[in-house]
Amino acid sequence: MYTKNGESYFVVDGHVHFWDGSPANQANIHGTQFIDCFYDYHKNLSPAEWLWPKEKFQKYSEDDLIHDLFEVGYVDKAIFQPTYLTDFYTNGFNTTEQDGAIAEKYPDRFIVNGAWDPRDGDAGLRKLAELAARWNLKGVKLYTAEWRGDSHGWKLSDREAFKYLEKCQELGITNIHVHKGPTIRPLERDAFDVHDVDVAATEFTGLNFIVEHVGLPRLEDFCWIGTQEPNVYGGLAVAMPFIHSRPRYFAQIVGELLYWIGEDKILFASDYAIWQPKWLIEKFVDFEIPADMTEYPELTADVKRKILGLNAAALYDLEVPPGLAAKVPGQPEAEVAVGASS
Amino acid sequence: MTSRLVDGDLQTALLAALGTVRDPELDESIVDLGFVTEATTADGHAHVRLRLPTYFCAPNFAYLMVADAHDAALSVPQIDTVSVVLEEHFAAEEINSGVAAELGFVRSFPGEAGADLTELRANFQRKAHLAAMERACARLLRDGWTIDMLPKARLADLPDGAERRSLLRRRADVGLPLREEALVFVDDAGVAVRPEDAPIRLRFARTVRVSIDGNAHFCRGLLVTRYPESAATQRPRPFTEEGPR
Repeated sequence: MYTKNGESYFVVDGHVHFWDGSPANQANIHGTQFIDCFYDYHKNLSPAEWLWPKEKFQKYSEDDLIHDLFEVGYVDKAIFQPTYLTDFYTNGFNTTEQDGAIAEKYPDRFIVNGAWDPRDGDAGLRKLAELAARWNLKGVKLYTAEWRGDSHGWKLSDREAFKYLEKCQELGITNIHVHKGPTIRPLERDAFDVHDVDVAATEFTGLNFIVEHVGLPRLEDFCWIGTQEPNVYGGLAVAMPFIHSRPRYFAQIVGELLYWIGEDKILFASDYAIWQPKWLIEKFVDFEIPADMTEYPELTADVKRKILGLNAAALYDLEVPPGLAAKVPGQPEAEVAVGASS
Repeated sequence: MTSRLVDGDLQTALLAALGTVRDPELDESIVDLGFVTEATTADGHAHVRLRLPTYFCAPNFAYLMVADAHDAALSVPQIDTVSVVLEEHFAAEEINSGVAAELGFVRSFPGEAGADLTELRANFQRKAHLAAMERACARLLRDGWTIDMLPKARLADLPDGAERRSLLRRRADVGLPLREEALVFVDDAGVAVRPEDAPIRLRFARTVRVSIDGNAHFCRGLLVTRYPESAATQRPRPFTEEGPR
């Protein structure tokens, strides 16, 4: 929880990692370059006083994680999003099992998400059921651009993916986090394209689709889909740190999101350990849309409360402590910010 | 025999040619972005070296930039052969040798790429046009136009300036007419926007612009993080939103 100027905020960090990118775990040059790339993200968009030495960034301790999120970072609940990358890292970069082991030591602090790949077929479906039972999964994190054998990635609109989405529905895994992202193999189409999310969200209205990084660098396509589909949400990981280096640009992202998808569909995330929740939350609570950007609505304390925690709490059925709910009731669930009819 | 350009002039011509090559995603010159680390000429041969913000930058866009740099260098009179070398990228080897042999994207990655990059490029040219159109419309709005008047705006109504030049170039890319009487506020096919659709079309175009600009800020910053010396070669992005308009 964070309190400032008499306003209190329940905080859910929607995207955190406990990774091992150390040289000992790097399986090849791609593993080296992957963590280097993350480190450049960290250096590029962090305030100077928050920079870590590279060795610490490659592999930080459990104490660092707990301290940075909960002791100083104001986070009430954190959602682990796994990133397996088993081709790059001998023991994986950040698996469900590794996350789960930490989560069990700190009850009520973490939400453990799983992962699946439709190309694993029936065996993968069974594995998903086991994973769900073992970790009580309420969400999964998916990477569609990953190549495998002859397959050049996959789409959420694929028949095979539908089987997994059906399974998720059956298992009560209602939150589907989708990471559209870079591919390390050549791809004739755009690996960031989010249009398949539209198809899946229309078909599976009982599931919530959280597009990570609010679709960046394809913000417009994400916003358009979010306008049409009431069950599409945006996670702010990677967009958040612009609040420090490019505050006017951050205002535009948030302004566009508020216009297209509305205040009930935006989720705070730090992407820890790329960035630290403490400074992101402090700056966000202080943040105001610049006065000359009259095209965007005001970021009120209630809107901030929703983004920082209440929206994620609704998706993951988390109990919000008394007095920390938004003071003004939100718009009805089924409504979206902009009419799809226009 | 025609008189030959002296070396310094040839180098300048090469750099100017490379300046026309754009990062398709960021809609900006690779020279202004600081991606070009060497552009030298000797005995009719041009040597160009390129760098990108990350090791994992999408290989399709990387391929387009290397191939376009190759073609741009070859278009310079008195340059007969070209080598373009992309460095510190996971697919550098395939891209460099594929472009050198003029194999095209599909044959540069045998068995890995299913189609050429024509549609990908066209999609990003459409996005770049939308963003430029929004800037032009914003200019007209500042000049006193109203949103419901915008569908009637013609190129002739746009005063000479950065917005107009930027829009004309992107219209040429997507094959829209450049006649002074042509409408400014049109869809991808050049069809006029209906007045009742104008507000939401303009909003969407703005979101496209915000998205491209944001991506450019991120990539520019990452390049400087990866190669601190590139800060000296990057030129500021036009139309940046930082600082009051």
